[in-house]
Amino acid sequence: MSNQAKVWVEKKAYKIKGEFSTLEPNTPIRRKDGKLCGVTNPRRLVHMHSYGGEAPFFAGLAKRKLLGTQCVNGKCEYQGSIYIPFRIFCPDCLAKMKIVDLTAKAKKTARIYSYIVTSRTGAFNTLKTPIRFIDVEFDGVTTILKSYQLAGEPEIGQRVIPVFRAKPTFTITDLAWVKADTKKPPKGFRF
Amino acid sequence: MIKFTERQLQVPRFMRPVYLVTGGQSQYARAFPEKRTEELCIDALTMAAEFIGMSPAELKGYLHTCYYGHFADHFGDQLLGEAVIHDRLGLDPLGNIGVKTGGATGGSAIWEAAKAVASGYSDCALAMGWERMDEVPTDEGNNYIACAADKDWETPLGHIYTGYYATMAQRYWQVFGKSQDSFRRTMAEISVKNHGYARWNPFAQGPMDITVEDVLKSAVVAYPLRVLDCCLMSVGAACVIVAEEDTAFKMCKNPLRLYVAAGSHSLRVADRRDMEIPLLPNETPEQYKDLDQAFPGGHRYPGFTGFLAARMSAWYAYRMAGVKDPTEDLDFVELHDAFTISDIQTYEDIGIRPYGRGREYVESGDCYLVNPHTHKQGRLPANLSGGLIGCMHAVGATGIMQVVECALHLWNRHAEIHGNPRLWKTFGKQKPKNWVDLQVPNARRALAISHAGVGSHVTCTILMHPDHLLKEE
Repeated sequence: MSNQAKVWVEKKAYKIKGEFSTLEPNTPIRRKDGKLCGVTNPRRLVHMHSYGGEAPFFAGLAKRKLLGTQCVNGKCEYQGSIYIPFRIFCPDCLAKMKIVDLTAKAKKTARIYSYIVTSRTGAFNTLKTPIRFIDVEFDGVTTILKSYQLAGEPEIGQRVIPVFRAKPTFTITDLAWVKADTKKPPKGFRF
Repeated sequence: MIKFTERQLQVPRFMRPVYLVTGGQSQYARAFPEKRTEELCIDALTMAAEFIGMSPAELKGYLHTCYYGHFADHFGDQLLGEAVIHDRLGLDPLGNIGVKTGGATGGSAIWEAAKAVASGYSDCALAMGWERMDEVPTDEGNNYIACAADKDWETPLGHIYTGYYATMAQRYWQVFGKSQDSFRRTMAEISVKNHGYARWNPFAQGPMDITVEDVLKSAVVAYPLRVLDCCLMSVGAACVIVAEEDTAFKMCKNPLRLYVAAGSHSLRVADRRDMEIPLLPNETPEQYKDLDQAFPGGHRYPGFTGFLAARMSAWYAYRMAGVKDPTEDLDFVELHDAFTISDIQTYEDIGIRPYGRGREYVESGDCYLVNPHTHKQGRLPANLSGGLIGCMHAVGATGIMQVVECALHLWNRHAEIHGNPRLWKTFGKQKPKNWVDLQVPNARRALAISHAGVGSHVTCTILMHPDHLLKEE
């Protein structure tokens, strides 16, 4: 891991260090009778991705805060609407929205709108299976947040509270939920 | 948007009529280890040419622009795959463009081709779609498909699209299905029907003679969805040729009138705000006044139970084509049955049944070619091709396959193609001895819905025999 790809920003530009693209030898794909059909194309690559104006949300998770946004444009027909997932601009008036802390609202009002439990995952999954996918509704929030539940079996209408990864990855997986009466946070997470 | 201006609700209009001239498709399979994508595309174009008695070169001589539906570049590890296919079809230097709208890619390619003809830019255009989903193992494929969700807010959650889609199914199952065993059996019946119809389709990947019990015993993907509730993952290609009137009648004797419209909704279902239901011509506000009483929890529209994009595509297309009531005005449909439950949701979004009552379309027998209860012709047979569950879901080709299949019925040539023993043999299959002719008798009008993921893009294509138009022009 000493040569792990690392990226930082300096003078408005990406600076990179370490291995970003690793090519492995390809191998032939043959029929049982030996006829050539094709080849494999193995390699490892690293993307650099900007969160842009959504970065405060992902930084907020590391501080155990759930941040959303609110339209405060007095000329917007939907002024006051609160959004999580965090949107940078109001979908109606396109004015830049104000960041609002929804942590307390989530603790008091979050409930499951829908859910699914599945053991099927795609490559690169980091969540433990079975995954309890939940969609969370909050009072006074116009949207519904997709996430996952770590304690308790999900049910529609069930009250849940947020938990935050103790060692943040700065991805959406830093946020999870547990049944509201859970006394102890799951391993690796904090209330 | 949750409110629309009059301008936004303008009924789309073509500046001149658009006709479907011909169409073709390749065989569909989970993998073609010994075929390149261009071979499948050439199979489709060759079939389209032969269908109207032309050589491929003659047909190509009519084309002016090309619209290619290929959703997932990363599956084939080839950016600008459209340019590769365009070259291999020998169509350079004609203008061409790639269209990518997830599962609706095929329908969107037709939408683009039709607009090119309608505007006068081209007299004749090609819409060709394909997908190559066999170049990575299934778990990597699942990850790639999950990349069609929001990469920061959804994809890291399991890298599995089921996790983003099936919560919609769960909500529908509990609110409108009331978690009833009878509803679960109705879902399973759709799979039995579509796999069953696929048995008579030589192009189909998933023909099966199964029972409701077989579906209910298949492995759970994400409860209540089981393996046999889900569509296939496929490789294949399909194409249609559209043209303006004079050109269309030069190319063939009986072109079909084509109308197509599109709708959209947020990529993240999380972002879907509560709004009033935009009503289709056969709906009234009174119908939905007591929705929450009949189905507690069903008040929020579209919530996770409706597909606004599907509704809007039908909203526009019905008004374009003069459809007042789909069940009365259409003779059959091809719907995007990605999952049995989303098939039921679509019945409601396009006005075949009101919200919450989609199951009745199956339970009444209306969705069959022969109604199993009355033994008479079903009122609006659905997915006689086998659909995505029984025939294929080669994403970029799917919406085009549906339109080709509809056209075969309207031309009364369905049996000629599907019943051709040579075609079965070409695909390495034997035509079943008990092969059933699924031709819809006296078919005049049909509809195809092409739908992306959790409902981000949907197109509604309507085909009509020119002697049976619904709207004076």
